[in-house]
Amino acid sequence: MNLDMATLLPNLAKASYLIAAVLFILGIKRMSSPVTARKGIVQAGIGMVLATLATFAITGGHNLGLILGAIALGVIPTWLWGKKVAMTDMPQMVALFNGMGGGSAAAIGAGEMIKFVQTGASPSKTTLVLAVVGALIGAISMSGSIIAWAKLDGRMDKRFTFPGQQYFNLLVFVATLAIGAMLVMKLEVPLIVAFFVLALLVGILMTLPIGGADMPVVISLFNAFTGLAVAFEGYVMQIEALIIAGMVVGAAGMLLTQLMAKAMNRPISGVLFSNFGGGGQSAADIQGSQKPIEASDAASLLYLAEKVIIVPGYGMAVAQAQHKIWELCKQLRERGKEIKFAIHPVAGRMPGHMNVLLAEAGVPYDLIVDMEEINPEFATCDVAIVIGANDVVNPVAKTDKSSPIYGMPILDVANARQVIVIKRGKGAGFAGIENALFYQDNCKMLYADGQAAAAALSTELKAIDGGGGH
Amino acid sequence: MIDGFLALYIFILAAFTGHEIISRVPVILHTPLMSGSNFVHGIVLVGAMVALAHADSTLGKVIGFIGVALGAGNAAGGYVVTERMLDMFKSSKGK
Repeated sequence: MNLDMATLLPNLAKASYLIAAVLFILGIKRMSSPVTARKGIVQAGIGMVLATLATFAITGGHNLGLILGAIALGVIPTWLWGKKVAMTDMPQMVALFNGMGGGSAAAIGAGEMIKFVQTGASPSKTTLVLAVVGALIGAISMSGSIIAWAKLDGRMDKRFTFPGQQYFNLLVFVATLAIGAMLVMKLEVPLIVAFFVLALLVGILMTLPIGGADMPVVISLFNAFTGLAVAFEGYVMQIEALIIAGMVVGAAGMLLTQLMAKAMNRPISGVLFSNFGGGGQSAADIQGSQKPIEASDAASLLYLAEKVIIVPGYGMAVAQAQHKIWELCKQLRERGKEIKFAIHPVAGRMPGHMNVLLAEAGVPYDLIVDMEEINPEFATCDVAIVIGANDVVNPVAKTDKSSPIYGMPILDVANARQVIVIKRGKGAGFAGIENALFYQDNCKMLYADGQAAAAALSTELKAIDGGGGH
Repeated sequence: MIDGFLALYIFILAAFTGHEIISRVPVILHTPLMSGSNFVHGIVLVGAMVALAHADSTLGKVIGFIGVALGAGNAAGGYVVTERMLDMFKSSKGK
């Protein structure tokens, strides 16, 4: 190996990329266990800094000002935003940052194609195909992630459908592929522009009809997409670190998407291509009525109960009620009552999201129980408190074959002796489906904001002590 | 130059690695792990930096600039939110 500067720097950079790739893999590996997870992200972070610094060494100061300016523009706002965003909003932030990665991969593809046209270079067909495919996937991931972010952030209506939508989407997708194929044959600037416009459109169109309940699966899928796009553009740029890291994330993301889809009992194709929500049962089809209850009466139920299971949902997190709920639970525990938290695999907005939120409030892990383990226990529980959860406790998922959520595994809250549902008002859940649980005889509705309701229950419970019970 | 079968080897082996390293992840870590892998594909920043460094035309520079800014946003934002999520796990363990 020559030790002059011309070969030393590129070789040092290549070595740094290799170390970075190893750090990424070890980092992700560590992140899959709670004990080592924090070390994992720090390790991956070191890999990223190392790879970035090494890149300065091989780019030889070309366009250095532009590069530094772009990095500052990208890092500063996202860093500050990421620092202060609420825990409940994490899923849409992941979607947004993922969209940026997809956009970056698409930009690399676009830049390389433009460069080939301008310089008249004739790259190999493999390079061209991967540049085009990577750009397509990256662009879809970007525009799709932005729509997913807008939906989760409440900036957009939950669903958007029109007749013949799937055929229209298919048509646009086929047109995009056709132009992509033409680009591989012959690169031309107008075709490149048309290709990117259509690719971005595909991402928007495929995400628009997907309901909010399916969004975690979609974000995970787009995360895997971005990984693949990065890997393909990594081949185009001849940087091994991109190929390895992109492919690892692509494969891990696909597996994670499958795990999530399985937890919701929705095949990925069903998420993407069947029109979710709508239809289903109307309120008129369900027998009975919703029975309201006052906080004082609900507190007496809790006072008499021996075993209480809390079923938290995203609504609890939105109301920031987890701290107040935990206060209430501590009171109940002091009275010797058994308390458990039942977590549906997709409680919150993503698997594991609810665990993070409860951990934030200080709930110990041994009280948090997964669905399969807790379901048999509902039959022996005196009171189940449902706070901010809706679709994941809807018995319709077991009984009504015409319901869009039919087949989704649910928490068997309906089997509890008494159910108290804390809810801000009447109205259907995120998926837009009436909940049969609310009409059951053993179910009482406590209409209030989650935080206020939890606080009221605490106060009423103390009042019962003071007055010697009702 | 990575080409042909060599590239294919890297692609396939990396894919198996990705599949293997997360196959035993508990549900509670799904969200942080998705966020963490989201950070890792922020390595696209490096590719965008090289592309921008080699850009000569104005159009090429504009596209390269966008690519670097977006890639840097992916990496920085991905790191911050992942670290914050995993911090929760740390604080709850001491109790």
